[in-house]
Amino acid sequence: MAVMDTTSASTGKAVRSSGAMQKLLAFGGLIVLFIIFSLLSPAFRTFENMQGIVLATAVNGVLALGVTFVIISGGIDLSIGTVMTLSAVVVGLVAGDDKAGFPIYLGVLVGLLTGGFAGAINGTIISRMNVPPFIATLGMMMIARGLSLVLAEVKPIYFNNLPGFRDIMMGSVLGAVVPGMQVPNAVFILFGAALVAAFILAKTVLGRYDVAIGSNEEATRLSGVNVASWKTAIYALCGLFAGLGGVMIASRLNSAQPALGVGYELDAIAAVVIGGTSLSGGEGTILGTIIGAFIISTLTNGLRILNVPQEWQMVVTGVIVILAVYMDIIRRRRQG
Amino acid sequence: MTIKKLMVVLGALLVVAAMVSGCAATPAAAPAPAAATTEAAAPADAAAETEAPAADAAAKPYIPVISKGFQHQFWQAVKMGAEQAATELNVDITFEGPPSESDVDKQIEMLSAALAKNPAAICLAALDAKAVIPQLEEAKSRGIPIIGFDSGVDSDIPVSTATTDNIAAAGAAADKMAELIGGEGKVAVIVHDQTSRTGIDRRDGFVNQIEAQYPNIEIVNIDYGAGDQLKSTDLAKAVLQANPDLKGYFGANEGSIIGVLNAVKELGLEGKIVVIGYDAGKQQKDAIRSGVEAGAISQDPVGIGYKCVDAAVKAIRAKNCPRSSTPASSGTTARTSTIRQFSRCCTIDRAFGLM
Repeated sequence: MAVMDTTSASTGKAVRSSGAMQKLLAFGGLIVLFIIFSLLSPAFRTFENMQGIVLATAVNGVLALGVTFVIISGGIDLSIGTVMTLSAVVVGLVAGDDKAGFPIYLGVLVGLLTGGFAGAINGTIISRMNVPPFIATLGMMMIARGLSLVLAEVKPIYFNNLPGFRDIMMGSVLGAVVPGMQVPNAVFILFGAALVAAFILAKTVLGRYDVAIGSNEEATRLSGVNVASWKTAIYALCGLFAGLGGVMIASRLNSAQPALGVGYELDAIAAVVIGGTSLSGGEGTILGTIIGAFIISTLTNGLRILNVPQEWQMVVTGVIVILAVYMDIIRRRRQG
Repeated sequence: MTIKKLMVVLGALLVVAAMVSGCAATPAAAPAPAAATTEAAAPADAAAETEAPAADAAAKPYIPVISKGFQHQFWQAVKMGAEQAATELNVDITFEGPPSESDVDKQIEMLSAALAKNPAAICLAALDAKAVIPQLEEAKSRGIPIIGFDSGVDSDIPVSTATTDNIAAAGAAADKMAELIGGEGKVAVIVHDQTSRTGIDRRDGFVNQIEAQYPNIEIVNIDYGAGDQLKSTDLAKAVLQANPDLKGYFGANEGSIIGVLNAVKELGLEGKIVVIGYDAGKQQKDAIRSGVEAGAISQDPVGIGYKCVDAAVKAIRAKNCPRSSTPASSGTTARTSTIRQFSRCCTIDRAFGLM
């Protein structure tokens, strides 16, 4: 950590105009983690384990991508974990064993829409009814949790009659094309989602207004932007990513587990924060979020492989979250 | 203007609500959650009206059943058993539990609320073995018998406890593990948490038995996955990566063992790792049939639910009957031990029967 501090002091001036500093730190941190774990354990640096790390990042990473948009706009979404679960349950209701019996693609579609719909409700409550985001999404978190249990009749829904469903995550399209490269699809879904998110943030009106609203909502409104509608769209987008997370977790577990999902939102928010997105809004990057998500899963994986007790792993993750935000504050102070 | 907008939003919400409830109605056979809520409401009123249902022999005795949760398959099965007993023995029960198995405080509130309704007896699966003792003492002073189920409390107030002996059951799993891996090698353990009675007992039951009886077996790792299937999968996967020579894996509850099974499947290690689990949900039974899982300790949750209500009724009768003046010692015997290995999967090939 001392090394990191000196780096931040010496290079802080050079890059102070952008969030690049934070990204650099996070990325450097990730590299350092990889080097340390690789040196300490041969099991860590195997190809299979790298796949395992990406798989463990997939669901949290996708949730974090969505909530990045919300946090950039100056808001927060606590409902992503249980909305993910609700989406998974809806996929189950549409396509799962002993349920409606529709084809997989329809289940996936309806699952995604469920997430987007829940997000749109969040956005409407926040922007039209002026309920603070923390409260609105806290309510949605409980609503989605309850609905998941009710809709699933308090038991898991399985997908045993749909062998193709698990392949969404665990099959390997690449392996079919290039023999021997059995990389699970989850890897491509994660990176594909990240590319889409990066595109939306950097190249679309939604992305630009997202940053504008987070920087100065009032100024944005006075510039003639319909802030309420764009905010609703931002939360809907976040919900859509939660819906994707729901499809992914259901596919990986080959079942929709209605009691799951509580606490997932905090992991996702931690990833976003470690990645340098400011909780006060106005700035943030998709690359940072992905790096943040990888730092969390790499830590979990590496400490597991080294048999470090899990209690300590939580302590380490907590310290990293605080340090990441502290770096952000130092950087801001220099700017100001 | 704003009011109009609000109306529009409310209208939209109503449409949403209609859609959602429409969704809920499609799987028509949804009796469990709906039934739970209506029942929870009804007997509460009944109890409030008849001030002391226990004393009134004509009224149906009211027995609140306070569980550790309601979301898991296990608790749903306990509930089923309890309801079955209630119907047969002509008593009213309510079944409730806190939203998560770490909500000790919420369970204490439920217990206090139940005491306020002046029930004939209370069935309790305590989340914390010590935290509920003040409420239990109040119950004792008011002559309300307490029947424990699933988990015991650190007190002799409960008249009896219908539970699985988790230490013995996990010890049996350890014996089976040792036998299947040939008495030596590395094994790993994944448990749902560090603090609950079942988590502690199952972990210690397994670990102590291995350490005491099988010096050539090394436990390389004990992890806690919160009973979360996804987290348990990723944890188990890391452990399997780190220990290529691992011979066996023990998972202490349903979520934990499903994580191990996923990890084994994803790494293509089916049949190479001896997997022994706890509980036997559908996924586990399938895994046992296909040979990925060597076996499981299956509890009898329906039996636990039935026996606790049955014990409550016996305790009420003992109390109301003047000749048995010591209700605490009468009634059913303590610790209805239901270590039933594969009690429900006896048809499955690799079931190792252990009753």
